[in-house]
Parts: sequence; structure tokens; C-alpha cells
Amino acid sequence: MSPVSGPNRRVLVAAGPIVVVLLILPWVVEPYQTVLLSYGLVFAIAALGFNLLLGYTGLLSFGHSAYFGVGAYAVAFTVKYLKVGSMELLLLAGILASALVAAVFGLVCVRYTRIFFGILTLALSQVLWSLAFKFFWVTGGTDGLRVPTPTLLGVSIDAGQDKMAFLAHRYYYYVLVLFVAATAVMWVIVHSPFGKALQAIRDNETRAEFVGVQVWHYRWVAFLISGVFTGLAGALWVPLNGLTTPDILVWNFSGEIVFFTVLGGFKTFAGPIVGAVVFNYLKTFAVGYTVYWQMFLGVVLVTLVLALPTGIMGMVARLSQKWSQKWKRTPAP
Amino acid sequence: MDTLLIHILNSLLYAAVLFLIAGGLSLIYGVMHIVNLAHGNLYAFGAFVAAWTVGLLVGGGTPTPVLYLVLLAGPVVAAALGAVLEPTLLRPLYQRPEEYQLLITFGLLLILEDLIRLIWGPYPLSVSSLFEGMGSLNIGESIYPTYNLAVIVVGGLAAVGLWAFIYRTQFGVVLRATSQNMRMAQAMGVNVNRVYVQAFTLGCFMAGLGGAIVVPQQGAVLGMGVDALILAFVVVVIGGLGSLEGALVGALMVGVVRELGINLFPEVELAVLYLMAAVVLLIRPAGQFGRA
Amino acid sequence: MEEDARAVSLLKTTQLTKYFGETHAVDHVDFTVTEGEVLALIGSNGAGKTTLINLISGLIPVDSGAIVFQGADITRDSIHEKIARGIARSFQLVNLFDQLTTLDNLALAIFSRDGKTRKLFTLSDADRAVRDEAVAVLQQFGLANKAGMVAGGLSQGERKLLDVAVAYALKPKLLFLDEPTSGVSTREKAPIMDIITSVVRAGKITAVIVEHDMDVVFKYCPRIVAMHQGTILADGTPEEIRNNAQVTANLLGAQAQS
Repeated sequence: MSPVSGPNRRVLVAAGPIVVVLLILPWVVEPYQTVLLSYGLVFAIAALGFNLLLGYTGLLSFGHSAYFGVGAYAVAFTVKYLKVGSMELLLLAGILASALVAAVFGLVCVRYTRIFFGILTLALSQVLWSLAFKFFWVTGGTDGLRVPTPTLLGVSIDAGQDKMAFLAHRYYYYVLVLFVAATAVMWVIVHSPFGKALQAIRDNETRAEFVGVQVWHYRWVAFLISGVFTGLAGALWVPLNGLTTPDILVWNFSGEIVFFTVLGGFKTFAGPIVGAVVFNYLKTFAVGYTVYWQMFLGVVLVTLVLALPTGIMGMVARLSQKWSQKWKRTPAP
Repeated sequence: MDTLLIHILNSLLYAAVLFLIAGGLSLIYGVMHIVNLAHGNLYAFGAFVAAWTVGLLVGGGTPTPVLYLVLLAGPVVAAALGAVLEPTLLRPLYQRPEEYQLLITFGLLLILEDLIRLIWGPYPLSVSSLFEGMGSLNIGESIYPTYNLAVIVVGGLAAVGLWAFIYRTQFGVVLRATSQNMRMAQAMGVNVNRVYVQAFTLGCFMAGLGGAIVVPQQGAVLGMGVDALILAFVVVVIGGLGSLEGALVGALMVGVVRELGINLFPEVELAVLYLMAAVVLLIRPAGQFGRA
Repeated sequence: MEEDARAVSLLKTTQLTKYFGETHAVDHVDFTVTEGEVLALIGSNGAGKTTLINLISGLIPVDSGAIVFQGADITRDSIHEKIARGIARSFQLVNLFDQLTTLDNLALAIFSRDGKTRKLFTLSDADRAVRDEAVAVLQQFGLANKAGMVAGGLSQGERKLLDVAVAYALKPKLLFLDEPTSGVSTREKAPIMDIITSVVRAGKITAVIVEHDMDVVFKYCPRIVAMHQGTILADGTPEEIRNNAQVTANLLGAQAQS
């Protein structure tokens, strides 16, 4: 019996065509669109990490900008102070730094749940933001830190190559590979015995204790993994943006992470991915269309919460169920 | 000695405004168990309305004492906004998990933030004539603006008034009963919907009042709401979510620490405040006066 | 008493006490469970039965007194340590993982028991041994046909059974069942108790069953401990309990009237 069976195989079958489409996309669409999608995929990695806490462990963090920001600033610092140009090393720096911060913050936060957890994560992320903001001689303050294009697998950007072309091809594929890998790893984690234990904690903390699951240990590990995924996303984001500013540490960005996870549907595995990509388009569109883009996003969020609490994936599931029932009924004489 | 007194007054000044904002936030949480992320925007709304209304009247022959009263337009409009928002946006969500309640107030934050920009444009509004109009006092060698003292007095009066309102009136009894056990209150014939809208309106009034009284001194600036919200969080976390006494003590503590921070270590002033909140949560998860 | 001394004592509490304010929920209770027995804990509401179980299982901290399990003092052990020693429990108000399937509720207990919940990078469905064991337990409890359904969607009777099954799957040495038939219709009670007692006996598990329904207790349990106002009122066979004047006055009489 192969370990991938039944519904698991169905997931692979569904994911295959999507990956193929993502692979050929840069050859079909404008470079701008590819870069936009890269942003979406990066946010999707962050959302996957975030949703390990919200969707699978039942903890709503309002401070995930901290890990994204730490990942990003770790890259910027490593470039600036250690003169490292290899993206792989920069990713390593981002992952290590976010793991460290998540490990420490997690130790504090996982002792609480519900609103206290939310406020604590928020307060701690604000500590980092205010430090990045005030220690401008280290962090560049609101001007941020400029980060030159790194080398990918030891290969640097071709002399004279357009940055946009680099981002739309080589870097896009780099992001795509890491996105697929991150998604696969997260998928295994949530379907592992450990993942089941997290869901058990989410559903019923007391009972989880009474089947022998040491609740806060598991919450802490989940927090750590969540922080690392978000930190990886932050590190990947830097070359796309070319600049690291305190904006990615401030709590509004944490709110956006929550936003796109709920937009996609936090009760499904794919929801946060879909939500992150859609949100990125939505925000880009809104920002280009009106100075009042925040209001537009606010209206979307309010409507979503009131009318579509299960998010995009929840709606898709409901519609497909309806259609399949209809389809089954029609051939009957 | 004089400088010490001025530091104390500055702390009190800051605490007075913070109490108005955080007290409203805490009141709403205490009664409805909702953390309103848009609370800071209601404070900002109060500030903009007050500044705008006074701006219309200033120089139009309106006597100056009346202008100070006109500032009250801020809290009144903020309260009215609250009275509309609670039944339309929050009420449908009481039965749903708290993530959704938090999210809808986050959506509201985004909307109100831009609504202020839409109505009053991107530039700050200022009515500093009201600030200057009160002149200043001599405290030893230094001078101190009289208006700041007035703010401290208003903050103190608001605290006393609120305390009397909650502990000495019929409405206060109903409010406290609902806060302690919503179902029990409902079973005893309390109209919970009405209590909720009243509590929310009162909380918004306080936020608006906070906004209105800082306007003569600081003006109304975009983004002031979000900054205030985060500080109000620090206050309620220190004092205890849902407790007015806690909001008062928390506001005083934050006022003092901030005054110290600004003067002693300006770079980490904010970080110290957030860390203080985190540490308090660690030692006493329900805050100094909160109920777990 | 002399009989008890000869048998192997699995659990023994001495002067176990818990006050909630003025209420003496459990008041200096000496309570012994002998290996292999199935005993019932009876008493009216507020007699202290559930509090006693909560103390022994670690849900709430002990005020004073001691709990000894297999010769070791476990008074201050955490829930986790007590589970590891082999003390499991079910709940009066059903406590399940409502969004997980019936099968996964059991699989989780088995993973946890075997220390496998630390595995992050293997798929839980791929562990055939755990899956087969979970299915086998479901069959014993008559829930096999509900394996794929989420626990939140089961009927009340099925949920009560699954709650017991989850505790049973931990293969405990001592199993506390807190009112396994409360909240189900009278008609469903006997079938549920039949299943539970047969599984417990087949597994040779020592069990303490808290129960309100005297008919159920007298039928299924050879030893009965009656509690009243935080203390143990009587301890004996169904026959002895039925004829105990104090029990009749305080417990059975009240039930006969209701």
C-alpha cells in the first residue's frame, strides 16, 4: 500500500494541473503580471504559516507581521553588514532569525488563548516595529534598507539584464519552487499525527490534555513552525520589493495576513493560498484605482465577514456540492 | 522641583486623554466582550469633527467660551456613529466566533481611516486658537499652558462622572448585570440589545471626547486613531480588559512611563510601553483589575 | 476491610479534600479501588462524585490529602503524567474533538498513547497499525459505520460512547467514566451500559463508573460507593447498599419519590 492513498491522491491530481499552469505562465503573460503573482505566492507562504495557528490550532495571531518583518530585516542586515549576496544564505538567515524570534515570543504567547493571545502577539510585534522605527541608524528608519539583487544558486543577475525580466523569470521560478515545497511540507504537517494533535487542541483543549497531549508544547511547536514559514516569506519578499521598511512590521500588515486567510477560508488547507493571491490582486487593483483603497478593502472585509464567513474556498465547496447534486439528479429519467 | 511638577502634569495630561480612549474600549469589552479595533478611529473622528466645527465658527463672531463647548460636537458625532454601527455591523456577529468580531472591527478601522481622509482631506486640521486662548500659568521658573490643566480636569471629571454613572445609577446596575452574566440579565427582563447599543455608544462618546479635547493642543491628524488604539491596548492590558478602574490605573502608569521614556530614553519609549504590556500579561493575564 | 487488604490496591486516596469557598465538595475522603474491579460511585447532585474524579484525574488541584496510585504518590502529578501512568477518564458533558472524524478521535488517542504525536513529517493515514486498532475499537463500541463522520455530527448516544471509547483507547489501568449514560433517553441507557461494561470486562480494565440511575448501577456493578455532601456514606455490594438505612434515607428515598 503506497502512503499516498484515497483523498491524498486526489489532492495531488488537483494540484498537478495548477503547478503546470504556474510553470508556463511567465511565457504567456506580461512580466508585470508574473511579478504580481510572485508577491501573491510569497504572501501565500506566510498565510500557510499563519493558518497553522488559526485554522489548525485555533489561535488568532494579530502579530504575524513580526516574523515576516524579522525574515525580511534579517536578509537586509545580512546583505548590509555581512555583504552576503547568495539568496540561499539570505533565506537561511531569514529562517534562523524568524525561528529565534518565534521561539522566544511563542514561549510567552502560547500560555494564553483567545483575545489575550491576540493582544500579546500584537504587543510583541509592536515592540519590534517601534525598534525598527526608532533605531534608524541601524534599520534606516522609515526610509528602510535597500537590498540589491541577490545571486540565485550562485548565479548572479546577467550584466545589463533588466531587473523586471529577472524578477519575472528566474526569481519567479525560484519563488515558485519554494512555494510548492512549502505547501507540500505544510500539507504533510497538517496531515501528520502532530497535525491531528493540533486540531484536537483547537477543538477541545481539555480533552486533548486528557488523551495525553501536552497542549502548550504542541502550541509552541506550531507557533515556531508558523513563524518560520512567515519568516521565509518575508525573506523571499525582499528581492521582489528591493527595500525593507518598517511597514511590514507594523500591525496593519498582521491584519492583512488575517484578512487574506479569512478571505480564502481558514477552515480549508488551500484557502489561505487562494486568499493571499486574490488579496494581492485586490489590493494592487484598489491601490492603483483609488487613494481610498483602504476603504475598499474594509468594505470587502466587512461584506466577507457578514455574508461569506467561510471564504472563497468555502463558497467553492458549497457551489460544487450543489452542482454535483444537480448533475446527479439530471440524468435520472 | 518645578520640573518634577511639570513632569507630573505632563503625565497626568497624557493619562487623562488615554483614560478617555482606553476607558471606552474597556467599557465596551466589559459589557459586550468585543475588542473594537476601530475604537481609535472613533477617537480620531471625534477630533476631526470637533476641529472642523470649531473651524467653521471661529472668527465668525462666536464668543470664545462657546467655542470650547462646540468641541463637544466631536463626542456627540462619535457617539451617534457608534449608535449606528453597533446594531448594523456588530449585532449580527454575537453568536459567531470572536475571530469574526475582531475582523469586522478591523474592516471598520480600514473604512473609517479613509472616510476621514475622504471628508477632511489629507491635511491636519488645527484650532490652536483655543489652546492659545487660555494663556499659560507660571509654575516657578517655567510656564505651563492653562489648556493642558483643563484637559487634566476634564479627564478627572470624566472618570468621576463615569464612576458615578456606573455605580450610582439604575442604568449602571443594568450595565454591570449584563456584563457579568448576559443570559441571566436577559432572563430577568433586561433588553440586552438596548444595553449593548447604549454601552457601545457611551464608549464611543468617551473616545470622541478624548479626540475633541486633544484637538486644540495637537490638532487632528490622519493616523492619530491607529496610534491611539495601540496605546489604549497597552493601557487596558495593564489595567485589565473590561475594568474601568484598571483603565484609570493603566492610563496613569502609561502616562508616567511615557513621560519618563521621552525624557530618559526616547529611542525605546514605545518599545518599553509594549514590553510593559507584555510583562503584565505574563504576570497577571487578567491585568491589575481584570476578570479572567 | 480485611478482604481489601489481601487484594491489590490500585488506587488509594487518604483524607482527600477540596473546598469551593464554603462548600465542602470533597471532605477528607478515603477511597480505594482494587485492581480488576468495576465499581460504581453514586450520590445525588453535589455529593462530590465528579469532584472526586476531577481531583484524581488531575483536572482540578487538590487542597489537601494524598492520592497514591500503584504505590506512587501522584497527588501533584500533572494530567499528562497521570495519563502516562495509566489513569484515563471520560466526561459527563461529552468532550470530543468535534471537527475531527470519529476515526481520528480514536486515532489521536492511540497516536498519543504510543508517543507518535511528535511525528511531523509522516502522514497519519499511512499508519496502518493505528488505523486498524482504531477501527477495531470502533467496532467494539458499535461505531464502526460512523468512522468517517465528524464527531460533531453524531447522535448524543453515539457521542457518549465515543467519549468512553477515546478514554478506553488509551489502554488505561484505571478508567473513570463520569455518567456515561447521562443525557440519553432511558431506552438507550441499557444498550450503552451493556457495551461499556462488556468492553471494560473484556479488556480487564479497572473502572469506576459514576452513575445516577440506580437500576443501572445495581445491575452492572458488584461494588458500590455512595457519597453524600462530600463524604463517603457507604461502601459495599448492591445488596448492602440497598439495605443501608442512611443510603435509603439520603439517596434512594429521594429517587423513589422523583
